[in-house]
Amino acid sequence: MAASRPPLFSPAAGPRLLAAGLRGWTALVLLFLYLPVLVLVVYSFNAARLGVGWEGFSGRWYAELLRQTPLQRAALNSLVIATATTLLSVVLGTLGAWLLHRHRFPGRDLLESLINLPMVMPEILLGISLLVLFALAGVELGFTTVIIGHVTFSFPFVLVAVRARLQGLDPALEEAARDLGATPWGAFRLVILPALRPALLAGGLMAFLLSWDELIVTYFTASAAAATLPLKVFGLAKVGLNPVLNALSALFLLVTLAGVAFSAYLRRAPR
Amino acid sequence: MTPFPVAREPGARPGAFAWLLLAPLLVWLALFVVVPALLLLGCSFGERDEFGQVLWGFSLENYARLLDPVYLRIFLRSLGFAALTTVLCLLIGYPVAYHLARAAPRVRELLLLLVLVPFWTSFLVRTYAWMAILREEGLLNALVAWLQPAWAPLGLLYTPAAVVTGLVYSYLPFLILPVYASVEKLDGALIEAAHDLGAGPWRVFPAVILPLTLPGIAAGVTLVFVPAVAMFAVTDLLGGARVPLIGNVIQNQFLQARDWPFGAALGVALLGLFLVSQMLLRALRPRGALRG
Repeated sequence: MAASRPPLFSPAAGPRLLAAGLRGWTALVLLFLYLPVLVLVVYSFNAARLGVGWEGFSGRWYAELLRQTPLQRAALNSLVIATATTLLSVVLGTLGAWLLHRHRFPGRDLLESLINLPMVMPEILLGISLLVLFALAGVELGFTTVIIGHVTFSFPFVLVAVRARLQGLDPALEEAARDLGATPWGAFRLVILPALRPALLAGGLMAFLLSWDELIVTYFTASAAAATLPLKVFGLAKVGLNPVLNALSALFLLVTLAGVAFSAYLRRAPR
Repeated sequence: MTPFPVAREPGARPGAFAWLLLAPLLVWLALFVVVPALLLLGCSFGERDEFGQVLWGFSLENYARLLDPVYLRIFLRSLGFAALTTVLCLLIGYPVAYHLARAAPRVRELLLLLVLVPFWTSFLVRTYAWMAILREEGLLNALVAWLQPAWAPLGLLYTPAAVVTGLVYSYLPFLILPVYASVEKLDGALIEAAHDLGAGPWRVFPAVILPLTLPGIAAGVTLVFVPAVAMFAVTDLLGGARVPLIGNVIQNQFLQARDWPFGAALGVALLGLFLVSQMLLRALRPRGALRG
Protein backbone atom coordinates (compact mmCIF):
# COMPACT_ATOMS: atom_id res chain seq x y z
CA MET A 1 0.00 0.00 0.00
CA ALA A 2 2.83 2.34 0.80
CA ALA A 3 4.73 1.65 -2.38
CA SER A 4 2.00 3.10 -4.55
CA ARG A 5 1.97 6.34 -2.63
CA PRO A 6 2.72 9.10 -5.12
CA PRO A 7 5.44 11.56 -4.23
CA LEU A 8 3.87 14.53 -2.58
CA PHE A 9 5.43 17.41 -4.40
CA SER A 10 6.84 16.02 -7.56
CA PRO A 11 7.98 18.83 -9.82
CA ALA A 12 11.07 20.98 -9.39
CA ALA A 13 13.60 21.54 -6.67
CA GLY A 14 11.48 23.60 -4.28
CA PRO A 15 9.51 20.56 -3.14
CA ARG A 16 12.70 18.58 -2.66
CA LEU A 17 13.93 21.36 -0.43
CA LEU A 18 10.66 21.14 1.46
CA ALA A 19 11.08 17.39 1.94
CA ALA A 20 14.62 17.92 3.22
CA GLY A 21 13.32 20.60 5.53
CA LEU A 22 10.70 18.23 6.91
CA ARG A 23 13.32 15.57 7.49
CA GLY A 24 15.60 18.03 9.24
CA TRP A 25 12.76 19.35 11.38
CA THR A 26 11.78 15.82 12.41
CA ALA A 27 15.36 15.09 13.42
CA LEU A 28 15.47 18.30 15.47
CA VAL A 29 12.21 17.53 17.24
CA LEU A 30 13.33 14.01 18.04
CA LEU A 31 16.53 15.47 19.44
CA PHE A 32 14.41 17.80 21.56
CA LEU A 33 12.39 14.84 22.81
CA TYR A 34 15.38 12.67 23.61
CA LEU A 35 18.16 14.98 24.71
CA PRO A 36 16.78 15.94 28.15
CA VAL A 37 16.14 12.36 29.23
CA LEU A 38 19.46 11.20 27.81
CA VAL A 39 21.23 13.88 29.81
CA LEU A 40 19.44 12.56 32.87
CA VAL A 41 20.60 9.01 32.19
CA VAL A 42 24.20 10.12 31.61
CA TYR A 43 24.24 12.14 34.82
CA SER A 44 22.85 9.22 36.79
CA PHE A 45 26.34 7.74 36.35
CA ASN A 46 28.14 10.90 37.43
CA ALA A 47 30.06 10.58 40.68
CA ALA A 48 29.37 14.23 41.51
CA ARG A 49 26.39 14.98 43.68
CA LEU A 50 24.70 17.62 41.61
CA GLY A 51 27.32 19.58 39.70
CA VAL A 52 27.38 19.99 35.96
CA GLY A 53 31.00 18.87 35.85
CA TRP A 54 31.81 15.27 35.21
CA GLU A 55 33.64 13.73 38.14
CA GLY A 56 33.96 10.25 36.86
CA PHE A 57 31.79 7.28 36.13
CA SER A 58 30.13 5.79 39.15
CA GLY A 59 27.29 3.47 40.06
CA ARG A 60 26.97 4.96 43.52
CA TRP A 61 23.49 6.43 42.98
CA TYR A 62 22.19 3.05 41.94
CA ALA A 63 23.76 1.53 45.03
CA GLU A 64 22.17 4.32 47.04
CA LEU A 65 18.84 3.40 45.50
CA LEU A 66 19.18 -0.09 46.93
CA ARG A 67 19.43 1.39 50.41
CA GLN A 68 16.31 3.54 50.05
CA THR A 69 13.68 1.32 51.60
CA PRO A 70 10.81 3.84 51.29
CA LEU A 71 11.38 4.03 47.54
CA GLN A 72 11.50 0.25 47.27
CA ARG A 73 8.32 0.01 49.28
CA ALA A 74 6.69 2.51 46.93
CA ALA A 75 7.89 0.54 43.90
CA LEU A 76 6.34 -2.59 45.35
CA ASN A 77 3.08 -0.71 45.99
CA SER A 78 3.09 0.52 42.40
CA LEU A 79 3.64 -3.00 41.13
CA VAL A 80 0.78 -4.41 43.21
CA ILE A 81 -1.57 -1.59 42.19
CA ALA A 82 -0.65 -1.76 38.51
CA THR A 83 -1.12 -5.54 38.44
CA ALA A 84 -4.53 -5.40 40.12
CA THR A 85 -5.54 -2.52 37.85
CA THR A 86 -4.51 -4.48 34.77
CA LEU A 87 -6.47 -7.59 35.72
CA LEU A 88 -9.63 -5.71 36.63
CA SER A 89 -9.39 -3.44 33.59
CA VAL A 90 -8.99 -6.36 31.21
CA VAL A 91 -12.05 -8.12 32.66
CA LEU A 92 -14.26 -5.01 32.70
CA GLY A 93 -12.99 -3.77 29.35
CA THR A 94 -13.45 -7.09 27.57
CA LEU A 95 -16.95 -7.59 28.95
CA GLY A 96 -17.93 -4.10 27.95
CA ALA A 97 -16.41 -4.36 24.49
CA TRP A 98 -18.13 -7.66 23.80
CA LEU A 99 -21.56 -6.47 24.91
CA LEU A 100 -21.34 -3.09 23.23
CA HIS A 101 -20.18 -4.80 20.06
CA ARG A 102 -23.08 -7.23 20.12
CA HIS A 103 -26.04 -5.27 21.34
CA ARG A 104 -28.14 -2.22 20.69
CA PHE A 105 -30.22 -1.05 23.59
CA PRO A 106 -31.72 2.17 24.86
CA GLY A 107 -29.14 4.31 26.60
CA ARG A 108 -26.28 2.71 24.67
CA ASP A 109 -24.97 6.05 23.41
CA LEU A 110 -25.13 7.49 26.90
CA LEU A 111 -23.25 4.47 28.23
CA GLU A 112 -20.58 4.96 25.60
CA SER A 113 -20.10 8.61 26.51
CA LEU A 114 -19.87 7.59 30.16
CA ILE A 115 -17.18 5.06 29.33
CA ASN A 116 -15.22 7.59 27.32
CA LEU A 117 -15.51 10.29 29.95
CA PRO A 118 -12.81 9.08 32.37
CA MET A 119 -10.49 8.62 29.41
CA VAL A 120 -10.71 12.20 28.25
CA MET A 121 -11.65 14.35 31.23
CA PRO A 122 -8.95 16.02 33.30
CA GLU A 123 -7.64 13.48 35.80
CA ILE A 124 -7.84 15.93 38.65
CA LEU A 125 -11.65 15.85 38.39
CA LEU A 126 -11.70 12.09 38.76
CA GLY A 127 -9.33 12.44 41.70
CA ILE A 128 -11.31 15.00 43.67
CA SER A 129 -14.72 13.49 42.93
CA LEU A 130 -13.53 10.07 44.12
CA LEU A 131 -12.03 11.71 47.20
CA VAL A 132 -15.40 13.25 48.04
CA LEU A 133 -17.10 9.88 47.49
CA PHE A 134 -14.67 7.99 49.71
CA ALA A 135 -14.83 10.60 52.44
CA LEU A 136 -18.62 10.59 52.45
CA ALA A 137 -18.87 6.81 52.35
CA GLY A 138 -16.35 6.57 55.18
CA VAL A 139 -13.95 4.47 53.10
CA GLU A 140 -10.42 4.79 54.38
CA LEU A 141 -7.89 5.67 51.67
CA GLY A 142 -5.49 2.90 50.78
CA PHE A 143 -4.73 0.34 48.10
CA THR A 144 -8.37 -0.32 47.26
CA THR A 145 -9.19 3.33 46.67
CA VAL A 146 -6.14 3.82 44.44
CA ILE A 147 -6.98 0.70 42.43
CA ILE A 148 -10.57 1.89 42.01
CA GLY A 149 -9.34 5.20 40.65
CA HIS A 150 -6.85 3.56 38.30
CA VAL A 151 -9.31 1.01 36.94
CA THR A 152 -11.85 3.74 36.25
CA PHE A 153 -9.59 5.52 33.75
CA SER A 154 -7.75 2.39 32.50
CA PHE A 155 -10.51 0.00 31.51
CA PRO A 156 -11.89 2.26 28.75
CA PHE A 157 -8.53 1.94 26.98
CA VAL A 158 -8.80 -1.85 27.09
CA LEU A 159 -12.39 -1.62 25.93
CA VAL A 160 -11.44 0.48 22.91
CA ALA A 161 -8.61 -1.88 21.95
CA VAL A 162 -10.74 -5.01 22.28
CA ARG A 163 -13.67 -3.46 20.48
CA ALA A 164 -11.54 -2.43 17.51
CA ARG A 165 -10.37 -6.02 17.27
CA LEU A 166 -13.92 -7.40 17.56
CA GLN A 167 -15.05 -5.13 14.74
CA GLY A 168 -12.34 -6.60 12.55
CA LEU A 169 -13.41 -10.18 13.26
CA ASP A 170 -15.47 -12.16 10.79
CA PRO A 171 -18.78 -13.06 12.49
CA ALA A 172 -18.85 -16.21 10.37
CA LEU A 173 -16.03 -17.62 12.51
CA GLU A 174 -18.21 -17.86 15.56
CA GLU A 175 -21.19 -19.07 13.61
CA ALA A 176 -19.10 -21.83 12.07
CA ALA A 177 -18.01 -22.93 15.51
CA ARG A 178 -21.63 -22.95 16.66
CA ASP A 179 -22.73 -24.88 13.61
CA LEU A 180 -20.03 -27.42 14.33
CA GLY A 181 -21.61 -27.97 17.71
CA ALA A 182 -19.68 -25.67 20.05
CA THR A 183 -21.62 -24.31 22.99
CA PRO A 184 -21.81 -20.50 23.14
CA TRP A 185 -19.20 -20.48 25.86
CA GLY A 186 -17.10 -22.96 23.91
CA ALA A 187 -17.25 -20.78 20.81
CA PHE A 188 -16.25 -17.75 22.83
CA ARG A 189 -13.38 -19.56 24.52
CA LEU A 190 -12.08 -21.44 21.47
CA VAL A 191 -12.70 -18.93 18.71
CA ILE A 192 -13.21 -15.40 19.96
CA LEU A 193 -10.79 -15.33 22.87
CA PRO A 194 -7.75 -16.53 20.89
CA ALA A 195 -8.57 -14.00 18.20
CA LEU A 196 -8.71 -11.27 20.85
CA ARG A 197 -5.35 -12.18 22.36
CA PRO A 198 -3.31 -9.39 20.72
CA ALA A 199 -5.88 -6.80 21.74
CA LEU A 200 -6.05 -8.15 25.29
CA LEU A 201 -2.27 -8.08 25.61
CA ALA A 202 -2.00 -4.61 24.11
CA GLY A 203 -4.87 -3.27 26.22
CA GLY A 204 -3.51 -4.93 29.34
CA LEU A 205 -0.06 -3.48 28.73
CA MET A 206 -1.59 -0.05 28.28
CA ALA A 207 -3.55 -0.38 31.53
CA PHE A 208 -0.39 -1.47 33.34
CA LEU A 209 1.71 1.42 32.04
CA LEU A 210 -1.07 3.95 32.69
CA SER A 211 -1.38 2.79 36.28
CA TRP A 212 2.37 2.48 36.81
CA ASP A 213 2.92 6.10 35.77
CA GLU A 214 -0.21 7.68 37.22
CA LEU A 215 0.20 10.57 39.63
CA ILE A 216 -2.84 12.83 39.70
CA VAL A 217 -5.63 10.43 40.66
CA THR A 218 -3.27 8.64 43.05
CA TYR A 219 -2.45 11.95 44.67
CA PHE A 220 -6.04 12.28 45.88
CA THR A 221 -6.86 8.64 46.61
CA ALA A 222 -3.75 7.16 48.26
CA SER A 223 -2.80 6.93 51.92
CA ALA A 224 0.81 7.24 53.01
CA ALA A 225 1.05 3.46 53.30
CA ALA A 226 -0.24 2.95 49.78
CA ALA A 227 1.93 5.67 48.21
CA THR A 228 3.07 4.72 44.73
CA LEU A 229 6.45 5.34 43.17
CA PRO A 230 5.30 8.38 41.12
CA LEU A 231 3.85 9.89 44.28
CA LYS A 232 7.15 9.46 46.13
CA VAL A 233 9.16 10.75 43.18
CA PHE A 234 6.90 13.80 42.94
CA GLY A 235 7.40 14.50 46.64
CA LEU A 236 11.17 14.23 46.31
CA ALA A 237 11.36 16.26 43.10
CA LYS A 238 9.33 19.05 44.67
CA VAL A 239 11.97 19.47 47.34
CA GLY A 240 14.70 19.74 44.72
CA LEU A 241 17.13 17.75 42.70
CA ASN A 242 18.39 14.52 44.09
CA PRO A 243 20.98 12.32 42.35
CA VAL A 244 19.14 9.20 43.48
CA LEU A 245 16.21 10.41 41.40
CA ASN A 246 18.45 10.47 38.33
CA ALA A 247 19.19 6.79 38.83
CA LEU A 248 15.54 6.04 39.47
CA SER A 249 14.50 7.93 36.34
CA ALA A 250 16.95 5.90 34.30
CA LEU A 251 15.38 2.72 35.63
CA PHE A 252 11.92 4.08 34.82
CA LEU A 253 13.07 4.63 31.26
CA LEU A 254 14.27 1.07 31.10
CA VAL A 255 10.80 -0.19 32.11
CA THR A 256 9.20 2.05 29.46
CA LEU A 257 11.59 0.84 26.77
CA ALA A 258 10.80 -2.75 27.65
CA GLY A 259 7.06 -2.00 27.45
CA VAL A 260 7.33 -0.25 24.09
CA ALA A 261 9.53 -3.02 22.69
CA PHE A 262 6.98 -5.58 23.88
CA SER A 263 4.10 -3.73 22.25
CA ALA A 264 6.07 -3.36 19.02
CA TYR A 265 6.65 -7.10 19.13
CA LEU A 266 2.91 -7.63 19.66
CA ARG A 267 2.08 -5.52 16.63
CA ARG A 268 4.46 -7.50 14.47
CA ALA A 269 3.39 -10.90 15.77
CA PRO A 270 1.14 -12.76 13.32
CA ARG A 271 -2.49 -12.38 14.21
CA MET B 1 -30.20 -26.94 24.51
CA THR B 2 -29.11 -24.05 26.64
CA PRO B 3 -30.46 -20.70 25.54
CA PHE B 4 -27.90 -18.69 23.68
CA PRO B 5 -26.62 -16.18 26.19
CA VAL B 6 -25.76 -13.36 23.87
CA ALA B 7 -27.70 -12.69 20.72
CA ARG B 8 -26.07 -14.00 17.58
CA GLU B 9 -26.71 -11.21 15.19
CA PRO B 10 -25.05 -7.90 16.08
CA GLY B 11 -27.48 -5.21 16.93
CA ALA B 12 -29.87 -7.42 18.85
CA ARG B 13 -31.23 -6.44 22.22
CA PRO B 14 -29.41 -8.07 25.09
CA GLY B 15 -31.04 -10.96 26.94
CA ALA B 16 -31.05 -11.49 30.68
CA PHE B 17 -27.65 -13.15 30.62
CA ALA B 18 -26.10 -10.30 28.67
CA TRP B 19 -27.48 -7.79 31.13
CA LEU B 20 -25.93 -9.86 33.90
CA LEU B 21 -22.56 -9.66 32.16
CA LEU B 22 -23.02 -5.95 31.62
CA ALA B 23 -23.92 -5.38 35.26
CA PRO B 24 -20.38 -5.06 36.67
CA LEU B 25 -19.57 -2.39 34.12
CA LEU B 26 -22.78 -0.45 34.79
CA VAL B 27 -22.32 -0.65 38.55
CA TRP B 28 -18.71 0.45 38.25
CA LEU B 29 -19.54 3.46 36.11
CA ALA B 30 -22.47 4.44 38.32
CA LEU B 31 -20.51 4.11 41.56
CA PHE B 32 -17.21 5.60 40.50
CA VAL B 33 -18.08 8.09 37.75
CA VAL B 34 -21.70 9.23 38.04
CA VAL B 35 -22.17 9.28 41.81
CA PRO B 36 -18.83 10.99 42.53
CA ALA B 37 -19.57 13.64 39.90
CA LEU B 38 -22.97 14.33 41.49
CA LEU B 39 -21.39 14.43 44.95
CA LEU B 40 -18.84 16.93 43.69
CA LEU B 41 -21.64 19.07 42.35
CA GLY B 42 -23.52 18.76 45.65
CA CYS B 43 -20.41 19.56 47.64
CA SER B 44 -19.84 22.73 45.64
CA PHE B 45 -23.08 24.15 47.08
CA GLY B 46 -21.99 23.39 50.63
CA GLU B 47 -19.91 25.25 53.12
CA ARG B 48 -17.07 24.29 55.38
CA ASP B 49 -17.00 24.57 59.11
CA GLU B 50 -14.01 25.78 61.10
CA PHE B 51 -12.53 22.26 61.19
CA GLY B 52 -12.61 21.93 57.44
CA GLN B 53 -15.59 19.57 57.49
CA VAL B 54 -18.13 19.86 54.71
CA LEU B 55 -21.50 21.29 55.75
CA TRP B 56 -24.01 20.23 53.13
CA GLY B 57 -26.49 22.82 52.12
CA PHE B 58 -27.39 25.07 49.27
CA SER B 59 -25.38 28.20 48.93
CA LEU B 60 -24.01 29.83 45.83
CA GLU B 61 -21.28 31.51 47.77
CA ASN B 62 -18.51 29.32 46.36
CA TYR B 63 -19.53 30.21 42.86
CA ALA B 64 -19.64 33.88 43.77
CA ARG B 65 -16.07 33.50 45.01
CA LEU B 66 -15.07 32.15 41.59
CA LEU B 67 -15.75 35.58 40.18
CA ASP B 68 -13.11 37.09 42.43
CA PRO B 69 -10.49 38.65 40.10
CA VAL B 70 -7.79 36.52 41.74
CA TYR B 71 -9.45 33.31 40.60
CA LEU B 72 -10.60 34.68 37.28
CA ARG B 73 -7.01 35.59 36.56
CA ILE B 74 -5.87 32.08 37.44
CA PHE B 75 -8.55 30.59 35.21
CA LEU B 76 -7.52 32.85 32.35
CA ARG B 77 -3.87 32.08 32.90
CA SER B 78 -4.58 28.34 32.84
CA LEU B 79 -6.47 28.71 29.59
CA GLY B 80 -3.71 30.87 28.16
CA PHE B 81 -0.95 28.46 29.13
CA ALA B 82 -2.89 25.51 27.78
CA ALA B 83 -3.69 27.35 24.54
CA LEU B 84 -0.06 28.38 24.09
CA THR B 85 1.06 24.82 24.78
CA THR B 86 -1.45 23.48 22.25
CA VAL B 87 -0.43 25.94 19.53
CA LEU B 88 3.26 25.22 20.08
CA CYS B 89 2.64 21.47 20.01
CA LEU B 90 0.70 21.88 16.77
CA LEU B 91 3.38 24.01 15.12
CA ILE B 92 6.19 21.73 16.25
CA GLY B 93 4.37 18.44 15.92
CA TYR B 94 2.36 18.74 12.71
CA PRO B 95 5.34 18.69 10.34
CA VAL B 96 6.80 15.75 12.24
CA ALA B 97 3.54 13.79 12.06
CA TYR B 98 3.32 14.63 8.39
CA HIS B 99 6.84 13.50 7.66
CA LEU B 100 6.28 10.30 9.65
CA ALA B 101 3.15 9.37 7.76
CA ARG B 102 4.67 9.93 4.35
CA ALA B 103 8.01 8.24 5.02
CA ALA B 104 8.95 4.89 3.50
CA PRO B 105 7.48 2.00 5.53
CA ARG B 106 10.80 0.94 7.08
CA VAL B 107 11.70 4.46 8.18
CA ARG B 108 8.15 5.12 9.29
CA GLU B 109 8.13 2.15 11.62
CA LEU B 110 11.38 3.28 13.22
CA LEU B 111 10.27 6.91 13.55
CA LEU B 112 6.95 5.86 15.02
CA LEU B 113 8.76 3.83 17.65
CA LEU B 114 10.95 6.85 18.37
CA VAL B 115 7.83 8.94 19.06
CA LEU B 116 6.17 6.20 21.10
CA VAL B 117 9.00 5.92 23.61
CA PRO B 118 8.62 9.50 24.91
CA PHE B 119 4.83 9.06 24.71
CA TRP B 120 5.07 6.24 27.22
CA THR B 121 7.88 7.68 29.30
CA SER B 122 6.72 8.85 32.69
CA PHE B 123 5.87 12.54 32.50
CA LEU B 124 7.43 12.91 35.95
CA VAL B 125 10.75 11.68 34.61
CA ARG B 126 10.47 14.04 31.66
CA THR B 127 9.59 17.00 33.86
CA TYR B 128 12.35 16.16 36.28
CA ALA B 129 14.81 16.12 33.38
CA TRP B 130 13.90 19.73 32.63
CA MET B 131 14.41 20.69 36.26
CA ALA B 132 17.94 19.39 35.97
CA ILE B 133 18.53 21.36 32.78
CA LEU B 134 16.93 24.65 33.77
CA ARG B 135 18.09 25.09 37.36
CA GLU B 136 20.68 27.68 38.28
CA GLU B 137 23.55 25.18 38.35
CA GLY B 138 22.06 23.27 35.45
CA LEU B 139 23.31 22.40 32.01
CA LEU B 140 21.74 25.34 30.19
CA ASN B 141 23.19 27.86 32.59
CA ALA B 142 26.59 26.18 32.31
CA LEU B 143 26.32 26.68 28.58
CA VAL B 144 25.33 30.30 29.03
CA ALA B 145 28.22 30.89 31.42
CA TRP B 146 30.59 29.43 28.87
CA LEU B 147 29.27 31.44 25.94
CA GLN B 148 28.32 34.68 27.63
CA PRO B 149 29.70 34.76 31.19
CA ALA B 150 28.16 38.16 31.88
CA TRP B 151 24.62 36.77 31.57
CA ALA B 152 24.99 33.81 33.87
CA PRO B 153 23.23 32.63 35.82
CA LEU B 154 19.87 33.15 34.17
CA GLY B 155 16.86 32.43 36.34
CA LEU B 156 15.24 29.86 34.08
CA LEU B 157 13.55 27.48 36.48
CA TYR B 158 10.33 28.55 38.20
CA THR B 159 9.26 30.84 35.36
CA PRO B 160 6.23 30.74 33.06
CA ALA B 161 8.57 29.85 30.20
CA ALA B 162 9.79 26.81 32.12
CA VAL B 163 6.19 25.69 32.72
CA VAL B 164 5.26 26.02 29.04
CA THR B 165 8.45 24.24 27.98
CA GLY B 166 7.62 21.40 30.34
CA LEU B 167 4.03 21.21 29.13
CA VAL B 168 5.05 21.19 25.46
CA TYR B 169 7.68 18.57 26.17
CA SER B 170 5.15 16.40 28.01
CA TYR B 171 2.31 16.64 25.53
CA LEU B 172 4.05 16.84 22.14
CA PRO B 173 3.74 13.08 21.44
CA PHE B 174 0.01 13.30 22.27
CA LEU B 175 -0.39 15.62 19.32
CA ILE B 176 1.95 13.87 16.91
CA LEU B 177 0.28 10.47 17.16
CA PRO B 178 -3.33 11.36 16.23
CA VAL B 179 -2.21 13.76 13.49
CA TYR B 180 0.05 11.03 12.16
CA ALA B 181 -2.91 8.64 12.07
CA SER B 182 -4.99 11.04 10.00
CA VAL B 183 -2.20 11.96 7.58
CA GLU B 184 -1.56 8.26 7.12
CA LYS B 185 -5.16 7.77 6.00
CA LEU B 186 -4.90 10.66 3.57
CA ASP B 187 -5.42 9.55 -0.02
CA GLY B 188 -2.35 10.49 -2.02
CA ALA B 189 -4.43 10.56 -5.19
CA LEU B 190 -6.26 13.64 -3.93
CA ILE B 191 -2.98 15.49 -3.58
CA GLU B 192 -1.88 14.25 -6.97
CA ALA B 193 -5.14 15.52 -8.43
CA ALA B 194 -4.58 18.94 -6.91
CA HIS B 195 -1.11 19.01 -8.45
CA ASP B 196 -2.45 18.00 -11.82
CA LEU B 197 -4.91 20.85 -11.59
CA GLY B 198 -1.96 23.16 -11.19
CA ALA B 199 -1.78 23.74 -7.45
CA GLY B 200 1.69 24.16 -5.98
CA PRO B 201 2.66 22.89 -2.54
CA TRP B 202 1.66 26.17 -0.90
CA ARG B 203 -1.85 25.84 -2.34
CA VAL B 204 -2.21 22.11 -1.72
CA PHE B 205 -1.50 22.32 1.97
CA PRO B 206 -4.25 24.74 3.02
CA ALA B 207 -6.70 23.60 0.35
CA VAL B 208 -6.38 19.82 0.57
CA ILE B 209 -4.10 18.48 3.26
CA LEU B 210 -5.14 20.65 6.18
CA PRO B 211 -8.91 20.11 5.87
CA LEU B 212 -8.45 16.38 5.39
CA THR B 213 -6.34 16.03 8.52
CA LEU B 214 -8.65 18.14 10.65
CA PRO B 215 -10.04 15.13 12.56
CA GLY B 216 -6.51 14.22 13.68
CA ILE B 217 -5.79 17.82 14.60
CA ALA B 218 -9.00 17.99 16.63
CA ALA B 219 -8.14 14.79 18.48
CA GLY B 220 -4.58 15.95 19.13
CA VAL B 221 -5.70 19.37 20.31
CA THR B 222 -8.10 17.75 22.80
CA LEU B 223 -5.42 15.40 24.06
CA VAL B 224 -3.07 18.33 24.71
CA PHE B 225 -5.40 21.13 25.76
CA VAL B 226 -7.60 19.27 28.25
CA PRO B 227 -4.88 17.81 30.46
CA ALA B 228 -2.75 20.96 30.11
CA VAL B 229 -5.49 23.18 31.56
CA ALA B 230 -5.76 21.09 34.71
CA MET B 231 -2.16 20.03 35.18
CA PHE B 232 -0.68 20.78 38.57
CA ALA B 233 2.35 18.51 38.81
CA VAL B 234 4.36 20.07 35.97
CA THR B 235 3.50 23.56 37.15
CA ASP B 236 4.49 22.64 40.71
CA LEU B 237 7.85 21.29 39.64
CA LEU B 238 8.83 23.80 36.95
CA GLY B 239 6.86 26.85 38.06
CA GLY B 240 7.36 26.54 41.78
CA ALA B 241 4.55 28.33 43.58
CA ARG B 242 4.97 31.37 41.36
CA VAL B 243 2.67 30.52 38.50
CA PRO B 244 -0.31 28.70 40.00
CA LEU B 245 -2.78 27.31 37.51
CA ILE B 246 -6.31 26.16 38.18
CA GLY B 247 -5.11 22.63 38.93
CA ASN B 248 -2.79 23.91 41.64
CA VAL B 249 -5.58 25.88 43.29
CA ILE B 250 -7.97 22.91 43.27
CA GLN B 251 -5.29 20.64 44.66
CA ASN B 252 -4.53 23.19 47.35
CA GLN B 253 -8.19 23.58 48.37
CA PHE B 254 -8.58 19.84 48.80
CA LEU B 255 -5.34 18.92 50.51
CA GLN B 256 -3.89 21.99 52.26
CA ALA B 257 -6.55 24.66 52.74
CA ARG B 258 -9.16 21.96 53.31
CA ASP B 259 -11.95 23.99 51.81
CA TRP B 260 -13.58 21.18 49.87
CA PRO B 261 -16.74 23.05 48.86
CA PHE B 262 -14.73 25.81 47.21
CA GLY B 263 -12.41 23.25 45.61
CA ALA B 264 -15.48 21.42 44.35
CA ALA B 265 -16.89 24.62 42.84
CA LEU B 266 -13.58 25.16 41.04
CA GLY B 267 -13.76 21.55 39.86
CA VAL B 268 -17.31 21.99 38.58
CA ALA B 269 -16.24 25.11 36.70
CA LEU B 270 -13.37 23.15 35.17
CA LEU B 271 -15.76 20.35 34.23
CA GLY B 272 -18.07 22.87 32.58
CA LEU B 273 -15.15 24.28 30.65
CA PHE B 274 -14.16 20.79 29.57
CA LEU B 275 -17.66 19.92 28.39
CA VAL B 276 -17.98 23.18 26.45
CA SER B 277 -14.62 22.61 24.75
CA GLN B 278 -15.67 19.08 23.81
CA MET B 279 -18.88 20.34 22.27
CA LEU B 280 -17.04 23.07 20.37
CA LEU B 281 -14.59 20.53 18.98
CA ARG B 282 -17.38 18.21 17.96
CA ALA B 283 -19.11 21.06 16.17
CA LEU B 284 -15.90 21.98 14.36
CA ARG B 285 -15.14 18.46 13.27
CA PRO B 286 -15.95 17.87 9.61
CA ARG B 287 -18.54 15.19 9.00
CA GLY B 288 -19.35 12.71 6.28
CA ALA B 289 -17.20 12.15 3.24
CA LEU B 290 -14.14 13.85 4.65
CA ARG B 291 -13.76 11.47 7.55
CA GLY B 292 -11.20 8.65 7.39
